[in-house]
Amino acid sequence: MSFPWANHYEPKHPLMQWMDEKLPLPRFVYNAIGAGYPVPRNLNYFWNFGVLAGFCLVLQIVTGVILAMHYAPNALIAFDSTEHIMRDVNWGWLMRYAHANGASAFFVVVYLHIFRGFFFGSYKAPREMIWLLGVVIFLLMMATAFMGYVLPWGQMSFWGAKVITGLFGAIPLVGEPLQQWLLGGFAPDNAALNRFFSLHFLLPFVIAAVVILHIWALHIPGSSNPTGVEVKTESDTVPFHPYYTAKDGFGLGVFLILYCAMLFFLPNALGHPDNYIPANPMATPAHIVPEWYFWPFYAILRAFTFDFLFIPAKLMGVLAMFSSILVWFFLPWLDTSPVRSGHYRPLFRKFFFFGLIPTVLVLGYCGGAPAVEPYVMISQIATAYYFLHFLVILPLVSSIERPEPLPYSITESVLGSDDNADLKPAS
Amino acid sequence: MADNTGTADIQEHAGTAGEDGVRRRDFINIAAVGAAGIGGIATLVPLISQMAPSADVLAESSTEIDISAIKPGQAIKGVFRKQPVFIRNLTTEEIAKANAVDVSSLRDPQSLEERTKPGKENWLITMGVCTHLGCVPLGAGEGEVKGEFGGYYCPCHGSVYDTAARIRKGPAPKNLEVPVYEFSSDTVVKIG
Ligand code: HEM
Ligand code: FES
Repeated sequence: MSFPWANHYEPKHPLMQWMDEKLPLPRFVYNAIGAGYPVPRNLNYFWNFGVLAGFCLVLQIVTGVILAMHYAPNALIAFDSTEHIMRDVNWGWLMRYAHANGASAFFVVVYLHIFRGFFFGSYKAPREMIWLLGVVIFLLMMATAFMGYVLPWGQMSFWGAKVITGLFGAIPLVGEPLQQWLLGGFAPDNAALNRFFSLHFLLPFVIAAVVILHIWALHIPGSSNPTGVEVKTESDTVPFHPYYTAKDGFGLGVFLILYCAMLFFLPNALGHPDNYIPANPMATPAHIVPEWYFWPFYAILRAFTFDFLFIPAKLMGVLAMFSSILVWFFLPWLDTSPVRSGHYRPLFRKFFFFGLIPTVLVLGYCGGAPAVEPYVMISQIATAYYFLHFLVILPLVSSIERPEPLPYSITESVLGSDDNADLKPAS
Repeated sequence: MADNTGTADIQEHAGTAGEDGVRRRDFINIAAVGAAGIGGIATLVPLISQMAPSADVLAESSTEIDISAIKPGQAIKGVFRKQPVFIRNLTTEEIAKANAVDVSSLRDPQSLEERTKPGKENWLITMGVCTHLGCVPLGAGEGEVKGEFGGYYCPCHGSVYDTAARIRKGPAPKNLEVPVYEFSSDTVVKIG
């Protein structure tokens, strides 16, 4: 937020003054991510992941546009063109590995970003819109990554496409026509591959647009912080530049070291060997698994092996899988505690670290495992807890919990005392 | 209508209602927006239906398959509409096993008789597409596991089909689909 004490943009150079009159873009940047944007002084490293996610999006767009220069979206040659990228195109292997591992890195970063939101209550008023837009971005990312994975037209590409579009077939009455409409055929084939390529190219730019809205919405109240106490005075903030540009730069360096380690030493560690076999509609791979970042949701999908009330198992699995993300849209209103940060919420903290987080990890593990016992039963229990956490535990905890005392201000939490604290009653 | 049109004297021109109580400007407004709306909706028709299966995809040829070499207990995988189709020559035990089941107890109640052609109960012809999410079940190929009901087993999410390819266990809602087919002769079946 533009607090009253924010630095003002004053272009000195005549050229910059001329620019400021014609198109105040430098002013905009100065106020958005420059010295004109005051930010809480106590942000920890969890606040780095937004910028890192933005970096990942740019990385995917750059490597993706390059891959698209060499890739052919036709079922007859898509697989060969991917191998052509790997073997013949200059630095093609690097572009492809950078893109494939970039997708994984993107999800790691975004999951940590979401984790931050969950723990520090960033979704609460006045930041609900930032959160809602974030969930939209996450859904778009999932769609983009899913369609991207289909493009190399290997066995996992093909069968992943078949299984996921098969989900729509579960919808009563319209399911089957809808599935054929999505695929442009009875099973994934050239029509599906082509449209997936077109949309996979388009969606990252849609994501970029929603990211702009996300940041716009962020700049109205400004960033939250690890205490969850809102900014009160100038001593609670520092200018974004140079303080957080430096901190984000450092974070980016660490990220790039880890990312490059994956990229150069373990480029196929997160991939599936089956995807180096060309798509074969006649034979399903023994063990179809999506990419790791879809595992928790895939486990929820597979947890429903029995008809539930009057809803067939297949439809129930699909509904549960989508609901597991859609429930995030309601989070700001399910968690009614006025205290944002988990640091001051003893009960919430327990359920979060010993309930939700292990549940999601267990779901992730089961989603990557074969569909046999005990994984099915474990997924069922974990799925039940997952929904219980959001729909019952969170609202209940919010109403019975007695939060720990909050610091008067950000300044007090950092320096141990705040001179202003005596002037006003504690909030 | 509009409180402020931005034009000082606009009300004089269009703001007064005629004898029938209808203002000229309101009529034009509704007509114009209505026409634009209908035009917009009409434009959606080609935009949406271009995604549906195209003529060449729909022009699915029928497939003729020679079944003379399939011995009882064996099965083959054919191709129909670029999807696998299972042709299985059931043994007498498999037929007996399928008929021993109480049909009304099944998730998708159908007898073996309803799923085969009269006099050819041993020929079980179904799509090789799991009705859960579309994987190819195992059990048609030589040496593949057939699952605990002796028919087909889908490795994707563990659906188990019996010797009449009926769903018995797991998440799939329906029996394996029986495509439209006929016997062109005793040894050739025409699918589609
Ligand atoms: C949100 C950003 C994006 C995500 C999460 C994403 C994800 C993915 C994934 C998971 C793959 C499969 C990787 C593989 O197995 O090789 C892929 C492939 C591909 N992507 Fe993206 N992508 C993104 C942005 C883009 C953009 C902006 C373009 C182009 C404009 C693009 C073009 C491609 C192409 C051509 C392929 C196929 C080449 C290949 O198989 O290596 N992607 N993408
Ligand atoms: S696709 Fe066969 S069990 Fe899911």
